[in-house]
Amino acid sequence: MTEALTTALSLLVTFDPKLVEIVLLSLSVSLTAVGIAALLGFPLGAALAVGRFPGRRTLIVFLNAFMGLPPVVVGLVVYLLLSRAGPLGSLGILFTPSAMVIAQTVLILPIIAALSRQAIDDAWREYEEQLRSLGAGRADAALTLLWDTRFSLLTTVLAGFGRAAAEVGAVMIVGGNIDGVTRVMTTTIALETSKGDLPLALGLGIILIAIVIAVNAAAYLTKELAQRRYG
Amino acid sequence: MSNGAILPLCLDGVTFAAGGRTIIDGISLEIAAGPSTIILGANGAGKSVLMRLMHGLLAPSSGRIGWTALEQPGAPRKQAMVFQRPVLLRRSVQANVAYALKVAGVGEPKRGTLVREALESVGLAHLAHRPARVLSGGEQQRLALARAWALHPEVLFLDEPTASLDPSATREIEAVIRAFDAAGTKIVMATHNLGQARRLGDEIVFLDQGRLVERAPVEQFFSKPQSAQAAAFIRGELPWT
Repeated sequence: MTEALTTALSLLVTFDPKLVEIVLLSLSVSLTAVGIAALLGFPLGAALAVGRFPGRRTLIVFLNAFMGLPPVVVGLVVYLLLSRAGPLGSLGILFTPSAMVIAQTVLILPIIAALSRQAIDDAWREYEEQLRSLGAGRADAALTLLWDTRFSLLTTVLAGFGRAAAEVGAVMIVGGNIDGVTRVMTTTIALETSKGDLPLALGLGIILIAIVIAVNAAAYLTKELAQRRYG
Repeated sequence: MSNGAILPLCLDGVTFAAGGRTIIDGISLEIAAGPSTIILGANGAGKSVLMRLMHGLLAPSSGRIGWTALEQPGAPRKQAMVFQRPVLLRRSVQANVAYALKVAGVGEPKRGTLVREALESVGLAHLAHRPARVLSGGEQQRLALARAWALHPEVLFLDEPTASLDPSATREIEAVIRAFDAAGTKIVMATHNLGQARRLGDEIVFLDQGRLVERAPVEQFFSKPQSAQAAAFIRGELPWT
């Protein structure tokens, strides 16, 4: 155990190329997924908060429920869609990072959309009369609220990132954990642990936790600072 | 002002009920340009709801509310409202005013001048770049006034604009309201503060339990109230103002 830890630390301080490659792929997959999910989730959240259309409540209930989607189930569904016989099989992207991005986007879109809807909905209650008094339509209002809740939205993005970076089931199924191609931190940890190669698993585990802590600290500080600056 | 003027505003048998409770009960009233109108009454008399009905934020359960000229959709509104607690956007003081102008369809080049004028009119020009939400309560309310007045609306509704402010901030707000009044904007203000009603009002519309009980010029209202409710309200309130 001590030996494994020492080896893990030496992998870290020497920037072991294999480890670096895995970390970079992890980050690029999860950050891309977060970016896409935010691009889709923010407008969706704003529309659900401010808009009034049939099926809105149902959609909100489903979004909230889907925040807890099991990653393996998402992986399975995306796998079926992308597999050779599936409807999107012709894309030929199964077992590539693109497939992993799609799976993680599906996984965290409900999180970002549902949490941003909540934040925007709260703001809408506060702003509605004022914005309507100024003559802003619902589309105007939605845009205004997206900007005014920007610091809360940052938190939703981080919640999404945390979920994406930490999940193993979805990327394992659609990525296949292929060495040098689709191997990310979580899948490597799972694999190396079962193989008994503890140092690499442990090193990656340390990095994963450090990233999650750093990201959350940054978010906390940003929000704190923004609160003081903008009220 | 005569060209496309939206005043007078006519209310005809307006009733508003919510949750099984009648909040506004058959009010008929004409609000004309000129003298400032104070909507006076105890808490819960229906002042805020009446203002919101007139401003169009609420729709009456029955009765009619009609402006003389309809506001054109998409054109700048000719009426504005300042609320008891101002809702300011998370951006700078000047951006808050500019936002209102943008929503009203005022083009970018014209906004700068109008923003500066509006901020100067409430004495906030020196805070133009501050984030709006960190201003003091009185400053926030002055900004709300500047934002409402940036386009010189024909009618300005004020819903207890000083109810949550200290006396010195209240004096500043009252001075701004007087200046807007002098500049020709019709002031319609709800308050339960008798001193304020006297200081700012030309005429009083007195509400009690959702009904219009009395309407009279200020002097007459305070010296010779016609209704028992108004007399009781004046007696009951005076020691506190």
